[in-house]
Amino acid sequence: MPVQRRGAAVEIAALRREYLSGQGRVVAIDHVDLKVAPGEFLCIVGPSGCGKSTLLRILAGLDKQTSGTIKVDAAGWAVENAMVFQDSGLFPWMDVQTNVRFGLDTRGVSREEADPRVEAALKLVGLTRFRNHYPHQLSGGMRQRSAIARAFVTDPGMLLMDEPFAALDAQNRVILQGELVRLWEQTGKTVIYVTHSIEEALLMGDRTVIMTAQPGRIKQVIDVPFPHPRDLLQLGSSAEFGKLKLDIWRVLEEEVNRARAEMEK
Amino acid sequence: MTGKTQERLLYLISPIGLIVLWQLLLMAGIGDRRFVPAPSDIAWRYWEMVASGELAKHTAVTLWRVFAGFFLGSIPGIAVGLLMAMFRPVRIFFDPLIASLFPIPKIALMPLLLLAFGFGDASKIALVVTAVFFPVVVNTYVGAANIERIYWDVAKNYGASQSVIFRRIVFFGALPMIFAGLRIALAVSFIVLVAAEFVATKVGIGYMIWNSWELLQVDVMFVGIVTVGVLGLIATVCLQEIERRVIPWKAE
Repeated sequence: MPVQRRGAAVEIAALRREYLSGQGRVVAIDHVDLKVAPGEFLCIVGPSGCGKSTLLRILAGLDKQTSGTIKVDAAGWAVENAMVFQDSGLFPWMDVQTNVRFGLDTRGVSREEADPRVEAALKLVGLTRFRNHYPHQLSGGMRQRSAIARAFVTDPGMLLMDEPFAALDAQNRVILQGELVRLWEQTGKTVIYVTHSIEEALLMGDRTVIMTAQPGRIKQVIDVPFPHPRDLLQLGSSAEFGKLKLDIWRVLEEEVNRARAEMEK
Repeated sequence: MTGKTQERLLYLISPIGLIVLWQLLLMAGIGDRRFVPAPSDIAWRYWEMVASGELAKHTAVTLWRVFAGFFLGSIPGIAVGLLMAMFRPVRIFFDPLIASLFPIPKIALMPLLLLAFGFGDASKIALVVTAVFFPVVVNTYVGAANIERIYWDVAKNYGASQSVIFRRIVFFGALPMIFAGLRIALAVSFIVLVAAEFVATKVGIGYMIWNSWELLQVDVMFVGIVTVGVLGLIATVCLQEIERRVIPWKAE
């Protein structure tokens, strides 16, 4: 289903999130300034504890910043954002189609309108035959497909994805990465995709934001030069891709060494 | 013979063995049959009481009291437990009440309930209600309070209202624990009811047991005890079957 309109635009300025823990005040993210263009596929990469999930949770409305502003322009979209969680977050007590319909039910969409949309979303992720299965009867890959369908069905201006494929085996991960990029190319939604894998970020995204830990700050923003549509397998084994990956690793290596030297001082 | 049927047969060996041993000892003249009837005496008396309709009369009354009390106690128990998990003020209100009232032996309330509800069924049902409420409310609360955070996150992110969260997330998330509470409550309701029927009633299995003690009809006493056990077993199996159907997502 080719869509002409572009996804939501996001403008994040001077975002800071701190919280109190046993040891005192912890700054999860600080000085985060970021603009996301409509329809962009943006990846956020960083080590654990760099606040990338916190940033995503604030965008999803599940957490609140301490200071700073977020402006989202999702005009013309039914729903501002929908999140896909690492551990699918499918409700175990609902079958696949009920899970997928959830975001429509909560917004009072009638059954007559919802059913064809659920149907289309299931078809989009190839789960039509499994609509009456419960999550525990599905493989990890199918569960994530269902979660993606549940997000797409609400027609969000922006998809927020928190390491959605991290728990999958390598084969399923490659397959789902390809499917997600294809879906994105077809629908024009804005995607903000959090991952700890630089390779995954470069494969899928238009831009990659690299964050550093404690406090979580943006270290570098990389424009990924590869055009869409992409063949991820071919891209992943190309020389240009290997070169870009190596350059970034070099930068990160420096950063890690500097941080270590700092700690040993 | 498959392993499963073999296991089931093995399961029966200890109770059957005990009954056979009991019968043999009495037939050998060890023990006084007036005070300790043989299984065959009990079976004979059981048959008599079934045939005369006496056992059915007592059983029907006991069952009615158990089930009325079970439903009237567990439904508010489930509701209060869910509300406690969702709303802090509700929890703060009920926590001290539950902590102080749960440990009171419910049978100690019988005189009070007789005052309040009289000698009819109502006082016995009320007693079962008080006994059932607490295990159900505690289990429901624990089940609902321990729903994984990700489900709350999903519900919130997908725009669920409080009422949707209540009906579609908290209730179902707590359901396995609710059933754990119901199983305990079912056993407890038989326990307190039979005790309550010892006094202040002229019908029911508890009355039948107590009355046979006064008449020194030890075999009737055993008929009553066995009947309570069998009823409890059947009720538990029924509840498990309901649970299996209501919670189809529980992995086999």
